[in-house]
Amino acid sequence: MRLLSAAGPGRRAHEAAHGPLRLPSARTIVDHVEAAGLLGRGGAGFPTARKMRAVAAGTSPVVLGNACEGEPGSSKDGVLLRQHPHLILDGLQVAAAAVGAREAHLCTHSSAAVRSALAAAMRERNDRVAVTIHEVPDRYVASEESALVNFVNTGVPLPTFTPPRPFERGVKGRPTLVNNAETLAHLALIARFGAEWFRRVGDPDEPGTSLVTVTGEGQRSVVEIETGTTVGSVLTGVGIRGAQAVLVGGYFGAWVRADQAWDLPLTQRDLKAVGGSLGAGILIALPAELCGLAETARIAGYLAAQNAGQCGPCFNGLPAIAAAMSRLATGPWDDRSVADLDRWLTSVPGRGACRHPDGAVRFVTSALNVFAEDVVRHRRGHRCADSRRPARFLPLPQEVAA
Amino acid sequence: MRLRVNPIKCTAHGLCAELLPEWIALDEWGYPYVDGQELPAQLVKDAKRAAAACPVLALKLDRG
Repeated sequence: MRLLSAAGPGRRAHEAAHGPLRLPSARTIVDHVEAAGLLGRGGAGFPTARKMRAVAAGTSPVVLGNACEGEPGSSKDGVLLRQHPHLILDGLQVAAAAVGAREAHLCTHSSAAVRSALAAAMRERNDRVAVTIHEVPDRYVASEESALVNFVNTGVPLPTFTPPRPFERGVKGRPTLVNNAETLAHLALIARFGAEWFRRVGDPDEPGTSLVTVTGEGQRSVVEIETGTTVGSVLTGVGIRGAQAVLVGGYFGAWVRADQAWDLPLTQRDLKAVGGSLGAGILIALPAELCGLAETARIAGYLAAQNAGQCGPCFNGLPAIAAAMSRLATGPWDDRSVADLDRWLTSVPGRGACRHPDGAVRFVTSALNVFAEDVVRHRRGHRCADSRRPARFLPLPQEVAA
Repeated sequence: MRLRVNPIKCTAHGLCAELLPEWIALDEWGYPYVDGQELPAQLVKDAKRAAAACPVLALKLDRG
């Protein structure tokens, strides 16, 4: 255990577990992060050092921490915010030092628990670079990096057309380094212990540890794993012995058949190879007796409702896809809809300003593949017994405790 | 030269597809499919016209 090793959220516990932070030079930090091979832990998995170098090359850079955790299936950033806030705040100082920023921002969704945890932590600190905290409205697309920058700049939490990306022109038009909260936490430790230490565990090409949120029937936990640990190992570790299928990467990820998922190592590389995605480290194990199509349809409806309302293919296409999935799951189904659904799933991706429609399509397409036998039955009108009851296993925001 | 549409600005007027039917088609909701590949030389003039004609300036022609 590395990130989650402190016994409490206060500074004393933080330094007892990790030691004090002594900021190295900018060049040392970036070299360490590069040698460590740290990949972003927000979903995209982009090499952090590469982002740092790009931002550092610009004028008057800014750093922005993304602790919004928009994926309903994710709790890891919330755990860091509430129980290990100094890791995030240290990480922001490390990131700022790395790129020469004199301004830092931290974005979170609104929660009394987070507000008070951060306030308490900030009172214990004497940071070089001032941090402004922004409470971002609770919308799925609000935590996309251009949306966060847009929110900080204009108060509108919606994605913008890119290029330019935030690393070129972001907060106040300045080069902005956007890092996920967990990535910042890893930076806090790499700055202390270096690259070799980071690489001592995990997969040789994607080393280190990673936080994973695991959801099963009646349970959810956040665990810290060494990269390369198999999905099955993580699931059994929290007492989940079997599943019908595993959703890997949350609603921006993909369903994987349980037999295929079980031995899958948790690395970007291995998951991409099966059309999945490590994403924000989310694993959701679908119990055998539930209807995967009904669960997917409900989430497709959520994703459709969460579109930003900006791009035609998305605000038309996602609701159409969601409606078709709902009819496929719970009826009434007209088999001529198959052609429509195929057309939408093919024509929508890549035509929005952000990747929200792409993610939604990937999620739905993976369901149609993984639950293919159910699709055949549903198309014939023989729906799963469970699909007649309202689906409510896959988590949605209003149902998740803060 | 390449064409790019800004999907946020685009409000499906459809002029681009009328002026450059060899390159731009409309989906069932009236929004354009704009191929981002290098434009054939003989289409560049019409592509410029299409970009200029867009009422919301959503279509841009870029070098490279």
